[in-house]
Amino acid sequence: MDTQEKFTSRTWPESPEKTTLEGKNKFLGFWLFLGGETVLFASLFATYLALKDKVPGSDHYLAIDMYELPLVFIMTMLLLTSSLTSVYAMYHMKNYNFQKMKIWLVVTIGLGLAFLGFEIYEFYHYVHEYEHTFTSSAFGSAFYTLVGFHGAHVVVGLGWFILLLIRNTNRGLNLYNAPKFFVASLYWHFIDVVWVFIFTVVYLMGMVG
Amino acid sequence: MATQQSTSANPKVNYKYRRKKAKQEMRQHVTSFALMIFMTLIAFIAVMAGFDKIYVYPILLVLAAMQVVLQLYYFMHMSHKGHGTVALFLYSGVLVAFITVLTFVTIVWW
Repeated sequence: MDTQEKFTSRTWPESPEKTTLEGKNKFLGFWLFLGGETVLFASLFATYLALKDKVPGSDHYLAIDMYELPLVFIMTMLLLTSSLTSVYAMYHMKNYNFQKMKIWLVVTIGLGLAFLGFEIYEFYHYVHEYEHTFTSSAFGSAFYTLVGFHGAHVVVGLGWFILLLIRNTNRGLNLYNAPKFFVASLYWHFIDVVWVFIFTVVYLMGMVG
Repeated sequence: MATQQSTSANPKVNYKYRRKKAKQEMRQHVTSFALMIFMTLIAFIAVMAGFDKIYVYPILLVLAAMQVVLQLYYFMHMSHKGHGTVALFLYSGVLVAFITVLTFVTIVWW
């Protein structure tokens, strides 16, 4: 099938992301990657749990002294909402409504950027208020590696969406780029899945003690 | 061609049906989003209420697991057909993840 073929909303296939062989392969390959990502984050979570509050002296701040629930709550809501907006984008992709898909992706990017801004503020705050840095303690190293790795995933996800939008903005939807948008949105949802565990295991359980 | 999905004999009816189905699915997504917000609120409230960690930890972990299931099966469409291999990939990852965390919090560091 010609991947550049022009469609209308009536001829657009029901699962455009899996209509071509390339799309099917992308879909499977991407889920294999997500299985690997699960293991990657598990090793970072395990390290964090083992090294939490392991500091060299009593002058170092511990998790319970630093974490602030309102900030984490705002960040959680931003990322959770951005997950819904990217679902809306895929809803319009399947309905062959390119304009609306683009609008929802831009909203998703905006929410992701806001999340990133709060995260940068949070790290800055810890470094300057509590002298909690990457090298200050085993706790610091484990914390910044885990949360920073997630933040890096957010950066990659945002870059991915932005590049896709720039590259395809005048092209319209076809069977060549539909799988690309679909896979990028799967990645974005996975970032939210990881965040659910970060706010639960790191922040909420950290506040309980 | 073989890779093209078959459409019903009457494309007009099929189109309407598909639109309706997509809309219903979108409504499901909004419902699961509301549930996820609700679970997040309960988790934060459980922590702020200041109960003992023996009670709070299991509640938090169960809420997180439920939220992730909603995210995977609805937002990431794992409830749709043709996700068998996908589930194999993901659950293989989850199994290794579980063993890794279990090892680190029990055997390695205690």
